[in-house]
Amino acid sequence: MMIAESVRFALTGVMANKMRSILTTLGILIGIASVIILLAVGAGTSNAIKTQIGKLGTNVLTVSRQTTAGGRAAGGQAVTGPRSRGTNLTLQDMAALTDPVMAPDVAATAPVVTAQNVTGTYQDATHAVATFVGTTPSYFSISNDTLAAGSYFSDGDASSGTAVAVIGNTVAQDLVGSSVTSAVGQTIALNGQNFVVSGVLAQKGSSGLNDPDDIVVIPYSAAQDKFTGYSPSLASITVQAKSADVMNQAQNEVQMILDARHNVTSANRDYQVRNQAQILTTATTTTATLTVLLGAVAGISLLVGGIGVMNIMLVTVTERTREIGIRKAIGASRGSIVSQFLIESLIISLIGGVLGIAAGYIGSAFPLLGTQPEVQWWTVWLSFLVSAAIGLVFGIYPANKAAKLRPIDALRYE
Amino acid sequence: MNDAVIQLDSVSKIYGKGEAEVRALDSVSISIDRGDFVAIIGASGSGKSTMMNIIGCLDGATQGTYHLDGIDTGTLDEFQLAQIRNRKIGFVFQNFNLIPRTRAVDNVSMPLAYAKVHRKERRERALEVLASVGLAERADHKPSQLSGGQQQRVAIARALVTNPVLLLADEPTGALDTKSSHEILDLFESLHANGRTIVMITHETDVAARANRVVRFQDGHIIEDHRLRDVHAHPVATAVPA
Repeated sequence: MMIAESVRFALTGVMANKMRSILTTLGILIGIASVIILLAVGAGTSNAIKTQIGKLGTNVLTVSRQTTAGGRAAGGQAVTGPRSRGTNLTLQDMAALTDPVMAPDVAATAPVVTAQNVTGTYQDATHAVATFVGTTPSYFSISNDTLAAGSYFSDGDASSGTAVAVIGNTVAQDLVGSSVTSAVGQTIALNGQNFVVSGVLAQKGSSGLNDPDDIVVIPYSAAQDKFTGYSPSLASITVQAKSADVMNQAQNEVQMILDARHNVTSANRDYQVRNQAQILTTATTTTATLTVLLGAVAGISLLVGGIGVMNIMLVTVTERTREIGIRKAIGASRGSIVSQFLIESLIISLIGGVLGIAAGYIGSAFPLLGTQPEVQWWTVWLSFLVSAAIGLVFGIYPANKAAKLRPIDALRYE
Repeated sequence: MNDAVIQLDSVSKIYGKGEAEVRALDSVSISIDRGDFVAIIGASGSGKSTMMNIIGCLDGATQGTYHLDGIDTGTLDEFQLAQIRNRKIGFVFQNFNLIPRTRAVDNVSMPLAYAKVHRKERRERALEVLASVGLAERADHKPSQLSGGQQQRVAIARALVTNPVLLLADEPTGALDTKSSHEILDLFESLHANGRTIVMITHETDVAARANRVVRFQDGHIIEDHRLRDVHAHPVATAVPA
C-alpha cells in the first residue's frame, strides 16, 4: 500500500466529519499552545529576574546588620532578649574593608543608610518613594547607575550632608512631569525637608517585580541627620568585588575583617553577607520550579487533548466498521487499514500541533503575569514532536482495532 | 488439465462446540468451471451465506480444502488472503457497499490502489470499466447521488476493475426494484457471455433461472445441482443498458 494512497484515504476520513475533526484538533491546539505559552512565561520570568539582578551588579556583596533575635554569644552561651540593633556596622567597618592588603579582591564600597515611608513632594505633586538610600557617590558605579541629566553629588557632599538628591526616573516623572531633565535644579521636599535635585538617573526599566527607577539617593550624612537621627550605624554596606569570578574570595575577606572587628565567629555573626550570585541562583531555582509546574499543567492539557484524539478515532473506527469491511473484502491488508487510520490521527494531531505552535507564538506576544513571555525554540520542536507522538500513540490502538476486524463481521455490521 | 475456478473438497464450517455445535456447511464438495454462471440458492440458514464467505475467502473452512484458481486457500496467511480477494475475486453485495462520500470513479479504482497500481492508470481503467457498465457520465458522482441500480452497477464495475477470475455476487438484486433487477441480471448475462465466471447467491428462483447452473442448499448440504444450459451455449446477451 502506497503511503500517498493512505494519506488520501485518511484525508477523506478527516474531511468526512469536519466539525468533529476541528474540535479534536482544537484539543491538541490548546494543549500545544499552553505548553509553549506557559513555558515562555516561565522563561520570561526567569530572564526578567536575571536581568534585574544583573542590573544590580553580579559582582556585588551586601553586608547588612543581623537584626534577628536568638543569636548566640561566643562560647555557646544563650543571650537573653533580642540582640541589640546597636551600632554594629559603621563607617569604620566600611573603611576597613577597602584595605588592599587584607581585602585584595574588594574594588569599592558604599554605605547604605535607609529610611522607610519617605514621601517626596514638589508643588502639588506627591510620590511615595520605594527605595530611599543615603550613601556616597561610589554607590552609583557599584549599582551600574548612569545619569540621564544633571550630576551626582560629590564625596564632600556625602560627608558634609549637603541637601542634594539624585532621583530615579519614576520619581522625576511623578513629581516634576514628563520632561525629566527639567527636574534638575528644582527643590523637592522629602518628608518635609528640602533637597535640591542634582541629577536624574537613566531608566533601568521595570522587571515587573519592583521598579528600580523608583529611587531617591542622597548623601549618607544627610540621611543620618534628617531621617534616621544621627547615629554612626549603617543599614548595610555595599561591597563591589573586583570581578564576578572572585566573589567568594571577596566574601571570605569581608567576613574575616568583620569577624575580627566585631569579635565574632561564623557561629554568632551579628551581620550577614549576601552574595548577588547566590540570590541569582536562588531566584533561578525558584523560577525553574515555577516553569516545571506551569509545564506540568500544560502537559496535562496536552494529555487530555491526546485522549480526545483517541476517543474520536475509536468513534470513527466504530462508525466506519462497514467501510473497513468493504475495504478488506476488496483487498485491503491489515497494514493498509492500520496506516489509513494512523495517518488520520496523525493528520489531526499535527494540524493541531502546527496551529498550536502558531497560537503559542501569538499568545506569547502579549505580557502575561507582569512579564513578557519568551518562546523557547526547543519548546516549539518539543511540541511538534509531542503532537506527532500523540497522533501515533493515541492512534495506534484505534487503528489496530480497525485492522483486526474480520471482514465478515465488519460487513455484517449495521 | 483441471479448469475449475472453484474446487471444494469435503468442506465443513462448524460453529460452536459439543452440544451447541452447528454445522453451517457439512462436508460440501463442488467444482465450478471457468466461464460458468452458477446460482446458489437456498432458504436463510441453508448455508448459502457461509458458502459465499468461504468462496470469497472472507472466512476459512473448519474442515476440508478449498482451491481457488488452483491455489489451496487453507495454506494462506491473512495478508495473502487479502491479496487473493484483491486480485482473484470481485465482490458484488446486496446493499452495494460503496464507500460513502467517495466518487464513483474513486470507489471503482480502490481495489487497484490496494493492488499498488499507479494512480493515472488506475483512473483510466476505472473510467473504462465504468463506461462498460454504462456509467461513464456518472464517474464524479458520489453514491448518495446515484440510484440503487446505478450504485449496484458502480459496485459491479469495482468488482471487475481488477479483472478477477471470479465474480461473486451476494443477492445482487435483493435491494433493487424489478426494472433495476433486470438491468443488473442483463449485465451479468452479458459479462458471462464474454467469458466471465460468475457465482451468484440468491433466494429467488426467477433470479437463479438466469444462470446456467443452479445449486440448491439446505441445512448445510447440496440437495440439488441442476444444469439449465451448457457453458457458452447461452445466446448472446442483450446489450448493456446505458
